[in-house]
Amino acid sequence: MSVIADYQDELLGGMLTTIQLSIVTFPLAFVLGVLLSVLRLCPVPLLRAVGTAYVEVVRNAPVLVLIAVIVFGLPEVGLTIPLFTCVVVGLSMYFACYVCETVRSGIRSVSVGEIEAARALGLATSAVFRTVVLPQSLRSMVQPLATIFINIVLGSALGAAMGVHELTGTVRSVNLLEAQPILCFALAGLGYLVMTLTIGHTAGVIERRVRVVR
Amino acid sequence: MTDRPPLVALDGVNKYFGSLHVLRDVTLSVGRGEVVVIIGPSGSGKSTLCRSINRLEPIDSGTIAVDGVPLPAEGRALAALRADVGMVFQSFNLFAHKTILDNVTLGPVKVRKLPRREAEQRARTLLDRVGIADQAGKMPAHLSGGQQQRAAIARALAMEPKVLLFDEPTSALDPEMINEVLDVMTSLARDGMTMIVVTHEMGFARRAADRVLFMDGGRVLEAGSPQEFFDNPQTDRARDFLSRVLHH
Ligand SMILES: Nc1ncnc2c1ncn2[C@@H]1O[C@H](COP(=O)(O)OP(=O)(O)OP(=O)(O)O)[C@@H](O)[C@H]1O
Ligand SMILES: [Mg+2]
Repeated sequence: MSVIADYQDELLGGMLTTIQLSIVTFPLAFVLGVLLSVLRLCPVPLLRAVGTAYVEVVRNAPVLVLIAVIVFGLPEVGLTIPLFTCVVVGLSMYFACYVCETVRSGIRSVSVGEIEAARALGLATSAVFRTVVLPQSLRSMVQPLATIFINIVLGSALGAAMGVHELTGTVRSVNLLEAQPILCFALAGLGYLVMTLTIGHTAGVIERRVRVVR
Repeated sequence: MTDRPPLVALDGVNKYFGSLHVLRDVTLSVGRGEVVVIIGPSGSGKSTLCRSINRLEPIDSGTIAVDGVPLPAEGRALAALRADVGMVFQSFNLFAHKTILDNVTLGPVKVRKLPRREAEQRARTLLDRVGIADQAGKMPAHLSGGQQQRAAIARALAMEPKVLLFDEPTSALDPEMINEVLDVMTSLARDGMTMIVVTHEMGFARRAADRVLFMDGGRVLEAGSPQEFFDNPQTDRARDFLSRVLHH
């Protein structure tokens, strides 16, 4: 157990980095995902094709490959950005695909009849979107978005492979010094569990508040 | 009615779904305060006709004018016209994430720019009028079908529309709730509301309609007073249809 005491600062630092990675990535993935869904729902065929191509290409590559391409590819074109940022960009680009699909199915879940009722009242298209489509689809997206957030937290462990000292990376280094793999990785698991349970619980609370009864 | 300018005027309206010709040369004018009931077999184009009047279904040829103004193609002008044309749907279509009160105030606040206070006051009066004042704070899913449909009528009335369109407003209701909705509609008709009603409720048609239209195959085959139509239908189609709906 002395591992915990001896490396307390490092472990907490690693956890903090994981939290930072996730908290920066989630909103970026969300915004990019919403933009992609707008492309995929838009009536212009070319824009729709761009959105579809992005999702099909990015979603079908392993995240690690995507991050590696960014880490090693950007310096090739003369861009050197910090490893942390590379991981954030890779994760955001990847998880945006899932946000996009979540938003699309959320919007499709809104009743066509209610949209027609809003149009029949004389609401302009943008007002229909703001008052009926968006509030209802956001409500139905709470749980899927929480799942994406959880996957971002877990996916951020790939940062370790790129040399970012987030939770997994830190634990791996500690283990190299102390040779206590079970304890070390169980500790990491516990850290992830605390974060993901928090997200799941928060989503549950939000969902109960905003749920649409049908 | 003929000496007054029509509130709704359709002239030579045609509509296709792909190769299916659903409205064939429909010409119709509805006067102020007139109640027109549209009946006809399934698939005859009743809903399409009803929905074309606020352009939820665009038409392929002909013209439709409401209060002398031809239906605008899209955008703000169309939205403004829709605000004057109320619509009540078969499946109620209340906004599931809003309370009954908010359902009724949404249009007046967002479209008519009424102050919320005033809109709520008016909404409560209307909810009282349709007999569900006590349901104002509830979510739609917690109301019975009949109550939901009456809320939907209040929502349409809140816009102070020139004309109300009803597309089979009682077809999704259990029998014991049909009358509570028909009673509200009958009282609206008495108060002089202009109404176009697609329905299978022949009792309502007899009681409240000024004119009954019989549609089949996308055409208006007959139009006359309820008495003329029910007692003395002119076409075989109408006779056949009436014998089927009246004898079950
Ligand atoms: N969106 C659509 N796409 C293709 N065909 C449609 C569409 N809506 C309606 N139709 C077809 O157009 C015809 C007329 O439909 P409409 O709904 O107006 O009939 P209706 O008289 O209201 O029938 P019902 O009594 O069953 O409601 C039907 O054959 C129907 O299948
Ligand atoms: Mg119909």
